[in-house]
Amino acid sequence: MTFALNPDRERELEALLLKYPTKMAACIPALHLCQDQNGYIDEEAMLYVAGRLELPPAHVKGVVTFYTLFNQRPVGKHQVWVCKTLPCALRGAGGILAHCEKRLGIHPGETTLDGKFTLRTAECLASCGTAPMMQVDKTYYEGLTLEKVDEILASLGASVNGAP
Amino acid sequence: MIHRCNHLTRAYSTENGFSLDVYEKTCDGYKAARKIFGSMSPAEVIEEAKKANVRGRGGAGFPMGVKWSFMKPHPTKPAYLVVNADEGEPGTHKDRTIMERNPHSAIEGCIIACYAIGAHTAYIYVRDELHLSKARLEGAIKEARAKGYLGKTPFGKDYPVEVVVHTGAGAYICGEETSLLNSLEGKRGEPRLKPPFPAQAGAFGCPTTVNNLETIAIVPTVFLMGGDAFSQQSELHSLKDGGCRLFGINGHVKTPGVVELAVGVTLRELIYDIGGGILGDRDLLAVIPGGSSTPVLRPEDTLSAPDEKSPLHKWHGKSVLDVPLGVDTMRASGTMLGTCCATVMAEGTCPVMAMQNLMSFYHHESCGQCTPCREGSAWLDRVVEKILDGKGSMEELDQLHDIANGIMGNTICAFGEGTAMPALGFLRKFRKDFEAYVRGERKRESARLALEG
Repeated sequence: MTFALNPDRERELEALLLKYPTKMAACIPALHLCQDQNGYIDEEAMLYVAGRLELPPAHVKGVVTFYTLFNQRPVGKHQVWVCKTLPCALRGAGGILAHCEKRLGIHPGETTLDGKFTLRTAECLASCGTAPMMQVDKTYYEGLTLEKVDEILASLGASVNGAP
Repeated sequence: MIHRCNHLTRAYSTENGFSLDVYEKTCDGYKAARKIFGSMSPAEVIEEAKKANVRGRGGAGFPMGVKWSFMKPHPTKPAYLVVNADEGEPGTHKDRTIMERNPHSAIEGCIIACYAIGAHTAYIYVRDELHLSKARLEGAIKEARAKGYLGKTPFGKDYPVEVVVHTGAGAYICGEETSLLNSLEGKRGEPRLKPPFPAQAGAFGCPTTVNNLETIAIVPTVFLMGGDAFSQQSELHSLKDGGCRLFGINGHVKTPGVVELAVGVTLRELIYDIGGGILGDRDLLAVIPGGSSTPVLRPEDTLSAPDEKSPLHKWHGKSVLDVPLGVDTMRASGTMLGTCCATVMAEGTCPVMAMQNLMSFYHHESCGQCTPCREGSAWLDRVVEKILDGKGSMEELDQLHDIANGIMGNTICAFGEGTAMPALGFLRKFRKDFEAYVRGERKRESARLALEG
């Protein structure tokens, strides 16, 4: 199926183009719009961005594959990123990650069977003073304890051990 | 000496401190920009900025005013200000607090800096994960534009200024200034060779100044106080390391966080007074002074300045914990000041595991452009992992030094050094711990980063 941004996002893209001296500069923000709409960026979306910004498709693919946050495959409804870098690790990030794995029944990089959660590890998210932390979708959760993690996951509809 | 300031942090403790209303009422907001647009020439602004001795807050510590003075008008091309808010250095958590809790200081700083360097557009490059930061900056821009502080005639002067928030997509390397410029232009975030420097050919091939977000956010304060008075707050004023800045403390301390202090505070004060001491009142094993790329320090390390004529000589032989944190003092202590956010490790932390954690980070984040960095960071990660697993040999332990030295100076950008220097720091200062793993005296199973209980 051919990809196209919905009218609201298309308007956002139009506004973006006015902010830069080149169309290419809108490449990363445009890809974010595509990912916001679909959850990931497939070849169709890349072709769409390439066409819209008058870029070679290979350029767009090069950009998509460079940046960690662009998903090239479908992901769960919620993305759980647990920071594992040293300042968080010193405050117990290892335990938080292990707890998420147990609670969701998946390892980092995997998605629950019901498609609700994708668990991932993140490199430093600039919350070292409030470690340990995790990011769920666009929200930061800081100063985590195992109990807080349970609350957060439950509020998002996690079932015990990932069972549907 | 601890000297608390609240230029930036006053808004933090005020309700709705991120709003224009509070910024103007309680923080003298936009007064500096108004004064400058009404009565100063760009050259005068740069001269005043030089007097403030603001050393770049991003880690390299380059004097802000001097950097601004590199900007020369181009006959045909526009100039740009690019603000680096890609905060991603492990252990660094200060810029985010400004964007979330005092975004107007950054917007006002952009207006002043644009005027000084002859730019009409500022791009603030924010890492994508910081959604609240982006929203607060966007909100501040909207408010400032509604008041006419941004737009065609800020403060009634025919000098248009626009500020644009640009988002990254999760790549630590984009905090490197030329990589950031490529990313801003819509490309892969691979660093560029220098020269040309950004002041000659930066964003979109045009003259560009790249400043860290905290550097920009303190600019209004510089002009409210006057450059010299601002600088004098610092104990290291005579070393041209002026003013105040945000200090972060994290890791094994009782009260981690971010505070605004005059330059001159020591690591001991930061750890034991600001940070409240070490968790469980344990002893200090080591501290990373300013982000993961700054080599680790042990309490027994000392500052070295044997030359009696050196301005640093008065601290010669003193413990690194009792030396004022400054660009030059940390350099003389065998490390770097970096971002002024210290990561504390208590006795009981496994330094081999700590190094492996960081090498895994660098392995993941190397952009892959230069072979020594791409391959070297991967080797460092894998060999330390092997040693942790009890499968490493003494030859491999020595090889780690060769790998790190093979990266140094052989890459386009400083990421290479940023990987190799902390690696060498851990290897030199914790040799016995690495050897214990090789000899099988210690096992991964008993290694800890987090403290028990």
